[in-house]
Amino acid sequence: MSLTPDQVQRIALLARIAVSAEEAAGVTERLNQVLGLIDQLQAVDTRGIEPMAHALDAELAVRQRLRPDAVTEPDRRADFQAVAPAVEGGLYLVPRVIE
Amino acid sequence: MLNSTVTELSAALAGKKISSVELTRLFLERIQRLNGRLNAFITVDEERSLAQALVADQRRTRGEAGPLTGIPVAHKDIFCTKGIRTTCGSRMLADFASPYDAHVIERFAAAGAVLLGKTNMDEFAMGSSNETSHFGPVRNPWDTTRVPGGSSGGSATAVAARMTPAATGTDTGGSIRQPAALTGVSGLKPTYGVVSRYGMIAFASSLDQGGPMAKSAADLALLMNAMAGFDARDSTSLERPAEDYGRELGLELAGLRIGLPREYFGEGLEPDVRARVTEAVRWFEGQGAKTVEITLPNTGLAVPVYYVIAPAEASSNLSRFDGVRYGHRASGYADLSDMYRRTRAEGFGTEVKRRILIGTYVLSHGYYDAYYLQAQKVRRLIARDFASAFAHCDLIMGPTSPSTAFALGAKSDDPVQMYLNDIFTIPAPLAGLPGLSIPCGFDGKGLPVGLQIMGNHFAEAKMLGAAHRYQQATDWHLQAPPHFPLQAPL
Repeated sequence: MSLTPDQVQRIALLARIAVSAEEAAGVTERLNQVLGLIDQLQAVDTRGIEPMAHALDAELAVRQRLRPDAVTEPDRRADFQAVAPAVEGGLYLVPRVIE
Repeated sequence: MLNSTVTELSAALAGKKISSVELTRLFLERIQRLNGRLNAFITVDEERSLAQALVADQRRTRGEAGPLTGIPVAHKDIFCTKGIRTTCGSRMLADFASPYDAHVIERFAAAGAVLLGKTNMDEFAMGSSNETSHFGPVRNPWDTTRVPGGSSGGSATAVAARMTPAATGTDTGGSIRQPAALTGVSGLKPTYGVVSRYGMIAFASSLDQGGPMAKSAADLALLMNAMAGFDARDSTSLERPAEDYGRELGLELAGLRIGLPREYFGEGLEPDVRARVTEAVRWFEGQGAKTVEITLPNTGLAVPVYYVIAPAEASSNLSRFDGVRYGHRASGYADLSDMYRRTRAEGFGTEVKRRILIGTYVLSHGYYDAYYLQAQKVRRLIARDFASAFAHCDLIMGPTSPSTAFALGAKSDDPVQMYLNDIFTIPAPLAGLPGLSIPCGFDGKGLPVGLQIMGNHFAEAKMLGAAHRYQQATDWHLQAPPHFPLQAPL
């Protein structure tokens, strides 16, 4: 299937990436090239095949570990906030969302 | 010294023939001389490297040195490093100062290795040519008008041009093996779960795996001994007993069954690549190995499967870059949503945005089953192909890449042509399998050709053994690019 520039703008909104009106045609063309590649998968008969979500789930009995529900990390708020674009009083600053 | 292997440098350090400070200075000088032309490094901090070298020398004096103590190692700029910026090749992280070290960085530090610098890469590891880096393309030292491959192109060029004895890389669809092949170095992508991904910036989490790049397979084994091992901070890290990856370097080749996948020797393979790979396989036969023709019938579907699964996972992983907690933030915006959209439009390059959009689409309501779930089912078919093949052979051999290094710009306008270049490296990570690439000669233009060796899960030691035996009999891996002569060391 083929995407229109309007559909691409809808996807770009979901992805929170601004795509300008000038870019839209080129982006759409390239995305349609890639969709042409992945559309080959539609013709494959996968009836009865379980989806494989993990690289080792097929042949190896690897199970995801659980750890005790205990605090393991120290408080490093100051370190982590030192790399943020805008903080104040230990809080991350973003544009006002509630008037 | 510049052309020495890690194994040789380790012996030279142990024999007090050179100090780590001298060795580190030698490579820093070469980086300084060549990096303007090759662009293999994004960040080098000479003072820090020399300080680490001094500590390594002191450790040796105390009698506490291991095989990697004092060895300079360059790290792909995808591994977080405290105290030296980590960019992931992106404007988004151009000034990012990680508050912690990746597990792999900690392991090399514990082994006493010297961090020589952070290497260039395709942005967020998305690319096969190193042209998507925000910091400019890396050049191939065998021909600077050509690409080094990607995404670990900076690490590959750094090893090939003898700017470092060893480097780390990461491989999601071939990002260690393909650049290793295109630059004439050795590189290993381990079994999924063997090397911790903690602090390794995520691209596609069900595929990503870190691994070593160096001149020889014996060096890769030494580096793996430091890199591999359980880490509770990565939920996919495997709890397995420690192993010596060099334990099979003396592998007996007589009777070894080598599978040759029919699909890896078909149309689209450059004649010189076919010839060099076939010659290498003949060498193994000459040592008594038995070749068996095998079939991996779903090989042609690996690239389409990958370009659903990897972008889907990337779109989720890269949602963390929102201009709030770290990284780039746009300077002008109307509201919160506009801030996100502008920040991500400015911070990400074209290829990264393309993949996020594809991933967002294939995961979106109404398309999830048709694309994402279907791709996961075909992924299982590909994994089953390998399982069937390994019933008939011990190792699989074939070309790493269908072509030698291509010209800068040759494929950068056509994403599908770029993606198809990875047809032989994408299947192994889909199945979680290990794969390595070693040099096996040159094409008519003097460009390196890579031989790929794949094994079953956890067969790294055997793969390295086969590669080492080949490298004992050949010297392709010791040839350095002639345009960057190794000047009289010391």
